[in-house]
Amino acid sequence: MTPPLLTVEGLRTHFFTRAGVVKAVDDVSFTLARGEVMGLVGESGSGKSITGYSIMGLVDPPGRVVAGSIRLDGRELTTLDPESMRKLRGNRVAMIFQDPMMTLNPVLRIDRQMTEAILAHDDVGERVALGRARDALERVGIPSPDERLKAWPHQFSGGMRQRVAIAIALLNEPDLIIADEPTTALDVTIQGQILHEVQKLARETGTALVWITHDLSVVAGLADRVCVMYAGRIVEQGTTAQVLDTPAHPYTQGLLDSVPSRNARGARLKQIPGMTPSLIGLAPGCAFRERCARADADCAETPAMSVDGNDPGRGVRCHHPIVPWTQPPR
Amino acid sequence: MLVFVIRRSLQSVVVLVAMSVIVFVGVYAIGNPIDILINPQADQIDRERAIAALGLDRPLWEQYLTFLRGAVTGDLGRSFVHSTSALGLIVEKMPATLELAFSAMLIAIVLGIPLGLWAGLKPDALSGRTIMAGSILGFSLPTFWVGLMLIMVFSVMLGWLPSNGRGTTVDLFGVPLSLLTVDGLAHLALPAPNLALFNVALLIRLTRSGAREALLQDYVKFARAKGLSNRRVIGVHVLRNILIPVVTVIGLQFGALIAFAIVTESVFAWPGMGKLLIDSINLLDRPVIVAYLLVIVTLFIAINLAVDILYSALDPRVRLSEGGG
Ligand SMILES: Nc1ncnc2c1ncn2[C@@H]1O[C@H](COP(=O)(O)OP(=O)(O)O)[C@@H](O)[C@H]1O
Ligand code: SF4
Ligand SMILES: [Mg+2]
Repeated sequence: MTPPLLTVEGLRTHFFTRAGVVKAVDDVSFTLARGEVMGLVGESGSGKSITGYSIMGLVDPPGRVVAGSIRLDGRELTTLDPESMRKLRGNRVAMIFQDPMMTLNPVLRIDRQMTEAILAHDDVGERVALGRARDALERVGIPSPDERLKAWPHQFSGGMRQRVAIAIALLNEPDLIIADEPTTALDVTIQGQILHEVQKLARETGTALVWITHDLSVVAGLADRVCVMYAGRIVEQGTTAQVLDTPAHPYTQGLLDSVPSRNARGARLKQIPGMTPSLIGLAPGCAFRERCARADADCAETPAMSVDGNDPGRGVRCHHPIVPWTQPPR
Repeated sequence: MLVFVIRRSLQSVVVLVAMSVIVFVGVYAIGNPIDILINPQADQIDRERAIAALGLDRPLWEQYLTFLRGAVTGDLGRSFVHSTSALGLIVEKMPATLELAFSAMLIAIVLGIPLGLWAGLKPDALSGRTIMAGSILGFSLPTFWVGLMLIMVFSVMLGWLPSNGRGTTVDLFGVPLSLLTVDGLAHLALPAPNLALFNVALLIRLTRSGAREALLQDYVKFARAKGLSNRRVIGVHVLRNILIPVVTVIGLQFGALIAFAIVTESVFAWPGMGKLLIDSINLLDRPVIVAYLLVIVTLFIAINLAVDILYSALDPRVRLSEGGG
């Protein structure tokens, strides 16, 4: 078996605020193979973006990666010096953000914002860089790329801006793209187009994807595997089919029940009762227990990630999983 | 663009006419210049002759129309005191004031923007806090008091720098400048920082808050995600965005600097327009006061126009032809 492209182990990223320590990411582990597409799903505030920033080395103070390991191609990123980390960013790992209206700098022309991403990593001339920028625009389906290079961000629609952002992420043919809810701010038809486009491009170039979303229906057609995140922890992981068809964690079940298209026509949508807990001074125990119908006294103790004995890619963090669970051999 | 400039110029004429009425009525209300200009021992006939000569016996509206007729041809009246063209007096003093204001603005830019950027990047560090504390002083200390202190320390106690006048000037295209001689620079060394102080503080605050705001924006995170160096992220992505408000304020403050140079010019006996204005007010030299105020308003209008054009060059989202003035 080839070694994974990305290994995240026991990652903890905390924010040291005046009000207290916010454990935004608290013991997150997963692996990602080359060319694999992983969905990272969870409600807003569950720590998905911060997980992405941690991998990129972009956590801003007062936040800090306090524990764990992130290995890209066997190389440890958490202890990497800033300059080596800079060389990886946008080169081996790229990131796309949620709001395309905000990610492009309003006062810089598109050509500049694209070529600078090339020139930061490759010692090529302005001309070569422009050519590559143009090709990248064409690849993401932007018509008349030569003209569009000379345009300003405000002259593009939201969907087109997100295409530009994707083109920028693809410029240096990275091994991994972290896409942080890139379609959430777009309307539904554009969402579908972008989703399709990114999937196609990732497959063509063999780029692995971490696709962050709060919408389980988005990952259904896109991801090979899914991690479900709740209150800074991954509570369930498995192949897309495993997680969507036979969810083991009550939270995953709750998320699935609240997706409109998956429910029988006319059936009432079930919302998960209660609210996501505050991450400041979170008490020990399962963070979901206030909202969980299966909770009992056991749940006052923090459940560990329990990996299926027959399938190391399948795991759940719950004392009482919904589906029968093969305990790992002792 | 051209349409914009033309429309703005027409608006400016309206503003100028309105200004001239206000100024004329205002100046008319303060004191009677004859009491100052005429020897108190002069008899009634002399007195009436002088009043007639200055046109002060006519009703206000007639005086105004006479003034307006002259103004159209560029004649803003004659000084009561010097008996020369009021505009000529002001133009003669203008280089001194512009030079002082320009030097002050240069100091404000060279100090204010880098210090503000630093304070914005390191808001919690000791250096950042010190800069901010300094800017509060710059805001709150009165200009005349700082000017007097500068003279006390550097001229009286240490004897390093001269405290009044422009020093030796050199003509550049017929305009006398202090900036080009060592003696002139020594004479600028106290008044220019004195006048700059408020604007240094202003630019520090503006740049700092702009930087702090820009640093939180997604485009900065995206720029870093592209693997750009810190230098480029700050120097291009952040600075370009801060520059828009900063340039606007610099432009507008330049007008204010020219106007507020009055205080610094008085303290340092700097022979500029501001000092001329104070002298003219003391002597109730109405034509010079009116001409000064109109010149200042014209300068403000010209600066505003330049700022708007510059603004549109910096911010691609702004179109001059839309939205008008
Ligand atoms: N700068 C910050 N200071 C304090 N807390 C933060 C900061 N940024 C994020 N957090 C906290 O981290 C948690 C996870 O945030 P995030 O990863 O953005 O959630 P998601 O992307 O899943 O919506 C949130 O509860 C948020 O309050
Ligand atoms: S551990 Fe307990 S509270 Fe948490 S999800 Fe499982 S059953 Fe519910
Ligand atoms: Mg997020």
